[in-house]
Amino acid sequence: MSDTSLPPVERAPGAKPSLSKPSLSRRRFLNLAGVGAGAAVAVGGRSALAAPAAGAPDPNIVPVPDWTRTLGAPVNENPYGKPSVFEKDVVRREVTWLTASSQSSVSFTPLYALDSVITPNGLCFVRHHGGQAEIEPDKYRLMIHGMVDKPLVFTLEDIKRMPGRVNRAYFLECAANSGMEWRGAQLNGCQFTHGMIHNLFYTGVPLKTLLDMAGVNPKGKWVLAEGADAAVMTRSIPLEKAMKDCLVAFAMNGEALRPEQGYPVRLVVPGWEGNMWVKWLRRLKVGDQPWQQREETSKYTDLLADGRSRRFTFVMDAKSVVTSPSPQAPLKQKGPNVLSGIAWSGRGTITRVDMSLDGGRNWTTARLDGPAMPMSMTRFYLDFDWAGQELMVQSRAMDDTGYVQPTKQELRAVRGTNSIYHNNGIQTWLVRANGETENVEVG
Amino acid sequence: MWKSAEKILAAAVLAGALAATGIAVADPQPAAKAAATKGEKDKARQAVNVLTPAGASAPAGKTPIALGRPALPEEIAAWNIDVRADGEGLPPGKGSVKEGEELFLQNCATCHGEFGEGAGRWPVLAGGRGTLKSERPEKTIGSFWPYASTVYDYVHRAMPFGSNMTLSADQTYAIVAYLLNLNDLVPENYVLSKENFSKVDLPNEANFFDDDRETSEKAFWKTNPCMKECSGEVHVTARAQILNVTPDGDPPKGDLE
Ligand code: HEC
Repeated sequence: MSDTSLPPVERAPGAKPSLSKPSLSRRRFLNLAGVGAGAAVAVGGRSALAAPAAGAPDPNIVPVPDWTRTLGAPVNENPYGKPSVFEKDVVRREVTWLTASSQSSVSFTPLYALDSVITPNGLCFVRHHGGQAEIEPDKYRLMIHGMVDKPLVFTLEDIKRMPGRVNRAYFLECAANSGMEWRGAQLNGCQFTHGMIHNLFYTGVPLKTLLDMAGVNPKGKWVLAEGADAAVMTRSIPLEKAMKDCLVAFAMNGEALRPEQGYPVRLVVPGWEGNMWVKWLRRLKVGDQPWQQREETSKYTDLLADGRSRRFTFVMDAKSVVTSPSPQAPLKQKGPNVLSGIAWSGRGTITRVDMSLDGGRNWTTARLDGPAMPMSMTRFYLDFDWAGQELMVQSRAMDDTGYVQPTKQELRAVRGTNSIYHNNGIQTWLVRANGETENVEVG
Repeated sequence: MWKSAEKILAAAVLAGALAATGIAVADPQPAAKAAATKGEKDKARQAVNVLTPAGASAPAGKTPIALGRPALPEEIAAWNIDVRADGEGLPPGKGSVKEGEELFLQNCATCHGEFGEGAGRWPVLAGGRGTLKSERPEKTIGSFWPYASTVYDYVHRAMPFGSNMTLSADQTYAIVAYLLNLNDLVPENYVLSKENFSKVDLPNEANFFDDDRETSEKAFWKTNPCMKECSGEVHVTARAQILNVTPDGDPPKGDLE
């Protein structure tokens, strides 16, 4: 489908390089031609485009390539930078038949093409229930009321002037991530099976600071958070959590929140299901019991096999997925390969990730690299020499509470298959001898 | 590089605070490490990783922060729309099943169907009783929702989709009455009001219970997960129905939510 490792554009051998600077449009054409050409690389062989005939010099070296011979684009060609044109397929994707309306739908993070642990702002999955609200920063207001001494109204400037600003990295996972997979392997790509997650550095003020300013009544036990979008999204959050580590955030990865992530202000509820991280946050109300809103009764409750339902299942359990290889990122060459994936836990810090290449029979502990922070994504690698055999690739995350990511069978044994939410079972990718990779279940 | 960050973290844990003044402290004592609660450790990890200076989450001091202003009663009234299960937040008003039917046909039926059966992929609002244990549960107001208050709250807050917050209190009572009637919960001649709202119980309320994963799924916490020969021969038992990212791919079983 989308091959991201495109070879550089080749110039016809012997073509005399023009002395005049190639026009911008010509350069664009060359770039696009490169993208269109694709690169079907036969496993075991070598790239046809990259490989010169035995003994012949590589045409990417001799003659000197265009991009070396001519001046490139000026510094401010894109005042707000863009990815390389060769990465144009690395985008969020929607599965349009999943929902009746694109305003109440989801667009998934292309996990298969990402590395490290921080999700680029433009690739963070998007879930709206009433479309994307556009709020002028000057008109933004946040109200705190209910069981407080002083009901208060804040402007965006007030929040940005508040003492005690912090920076924290957290994952945000939709409780319905992998929800399509409860009854069996369905979607062919980790973008779709696991792409309702992102991991960002947030800048904001502890929610506690604002609640303390309003003065919470000792009888207050819950906080209702409400958005200003056309869904007027609401969730009840236990006061204890609100006081512990929730943030009122106005920046992601150092810049203002993107509109689709709740500009100008969203709630950050570390380790807990994404639906609670109310975007376009307009109101916080303190009360002595939960409000039983639609998103905590009809939705975001977990129906078990016996017909009963768990509610207030806020915490996201430890989970992991191999992003490479995966259906959208097949193996291309025998020999050295870097297998990689991500792990996270809403209960704490990822301490270990094991990988299996034989469907869970035998395991090897993967290498964690980069920061391993609580309630934040952790990256793992397995440097692997592939002989071209079929693989059943899995990963199994563990966190510092001792929780071990269960298999799908273990999960179904407790929860049945109608839960929709909180599917953190171990994912299996089948890698065939030709490198093609598919979402499968094993037993 | 990362090793040293771990050391710094350990030092902060040793200091027992995220005031990272002790950042240069050497290796922690195992005992001190064990003594630190997980919460403290978590805090310290994040704080140290971002090199937050001391006082990041320290109390702002005794003097109140001079930011924000009192919310006016009219402002609170404008946004205070939530309705709780005990009826708190319900506005004065009333509406009949009959009026509700009319309003529903005008404002809701194009998406939800005349009888709440759902048009196309739009949500189903009625029916589904007795399906929760089946392979294909149908979760509706009558079959699944625990509280009628949620119907009032949600319809007023978020519906009709695309022109939410346009229904008056009386209109909302009427539509809720109609939805309850469609689910065989109130008779055709019912008039729903703030006063009698608390009399309406939904049948599935008793089947909800609070998160119990830490006990019911205790088995998922294990110290030594199996590493070698953990099972017999492993076979592929199911393959993904290949998803064409294109919209005409086969709709899969199950819902997004
Ligand atoms: C344009 C189509 C449309 C119209 C018209 C519409 N709705 Fe909806 N309704 C939706 C969508 C879409 C959702 C789900 C929204 C989401 O994903 O959060 C929904 C959800 C609901 C739900 C919650 C369903 C559940 O199981 O959680 C109720 C109740 C509801 N609508 C009632 C109404 C009523 C009453 C009206 C008329 C006043 C109405 N709707 C008009 C599209 C519509």
